[in-house]
Amino acid sequence: MNDVKRLVEPLIPALRRYAGALLRDGDAADDLVQDCLERAISRWGQRRADGDTRTWLFAILHNLAMSRLRREARRGAHLTLESADETALSQAPDQEHRLRHGELLRAVAALPEDQRSVLLLVSVEDLSYAETARVLGAPVGTVMSRLSRARERLRQAMMGESAPVARAHLRRVK
Amino acid sequence: MSERPISEDDLQAFVDGAVDAAREGVVRSYLAAHPDAAARVSGYAAQREALREALAPIAEEPVPSTLNLDRLLAERRRPPRAPWPMAAAACALLALGSAGGWVARGFGMPPQAGVSALGQEAAENYRVYAADRFYPVEFTARDSGALSQWISERLNRSVTAPDLTSAGYRLMGGRLVATPHGPAGLFLYSRSGGQRLEVFIRPMRLNRNARMTEHAYGGLGGVAWSDDGLGYSLIGDAPAKVLHPLADEVRRQVRTLGA
Repeated sequence: MNDVKRLVEPLIPALRRYAGALLRDGDAADDLVQDCLERAISRWGQRRADGDTRTWLFAILHNLAMSRLRREARRGAHLTLESADETALSQAPDQEHRLRHGELLRAVAALPEDQRSVLLLVSVEDLSYAETARVLGAPVGTVMSRLSRARERLRQAMMGESAPVARAHLRRVK
Repeated sequence: MSERPISEDDLQAFVDGAVDAAREGVVRSYLAAHPDAAARVSGYAAQREALREALAPIAEEPVPSTLNLDRLLAERRRPPRAPWPMAAAACALLALGSAGGWVARGFGMPPQAGVSALGQEAAENYRVYAADRFYPVEFTARDSGALSQWISERLNRSVTAPDLTSAGYRLMGGRLVATPHGPAGLFLYSRSGGQRLEVFIRPMRLNRNARMTEHAYGGLGGVAWSDDGLGYSLIGDAPAKVLHPLADEVRRQVRTLGA
């Protein structure tokens, strides 16, 4: 069990970041990470000895997140984008940064779930394509096509968002 | 030697710094010759950096104490639940089965109702949800406001989760469940040793004001009563006598809040 502590503890911040970015609700994300850790502890003996702990943990967390999101969707998603606090997710030093980050995270949240997961695992969590494929239980080819769709979609969304502030105001009116 | 054509995968890998050294030069010269692709790739790279920057603060926050690994490991080391509650549950189910058969045979008889039915329903729900390792509750304690609102709306009575922290029981959360007498609210609590406790509430047609009675449901203990048309049952993995003070506390809080 000393192994658990040595191998798992350093990964907790990254697990919180992934859960936070997926759920956009810090409390719900921490609940999820707690579930993930409890499960990891109880299944510690079942993980492959040669397996990578990080990929294994992200897979547990990812599956928990997906079933939570599905349950929420069934319940009519009481957690809306508006209820998530952007500033809690992005506390950049200055106002302009924070706004940009808020817009970026909103655009990420608008991506389909499967694209969002791939984008976050690859771009933020630095998982390799093969590791990401293992987390999602999907072939690498699928990971690559989701990644490229996610990036293009986000780029298009942000090209609209990065327009001058005056235009952004106008657009928000509609 | 003819080069493999540049693929979209190459461009993505370039953004992630995952292109192997031999291929990198080829990708670079392709980008130099194709400004559209180059603009797209540099857009992706900027997006990647911005995303990392936007999410970095979460990973820099101090890890909350609920995620303290030492504590989670210590809780895990609590004595495993012995097989006997399973056997007890099986006996209880057998007993229920025969009781059900008996009730069904007496077709003209009034259905079991009142506080004893309430206690039975609570015990059955305890067996399902308190033992559940994955989703014992639908709403966690963090969402206790939404939970109370949900249950209150469905029971058409104002209901809040009793606070049993003074007795060492922390609210885990709760859910709405079905009974033959309509919806009921279920709150689950847990103690540091892992013992779970249930408070079960539903409106009563019979026994609208019933004094507290102790029950045993094959290994589980329970205390049931009703107050002003709302029935309460407290169930735990302990004799009813032990649970009685907790039931007193629940009743005290309900009366104080209701007053």
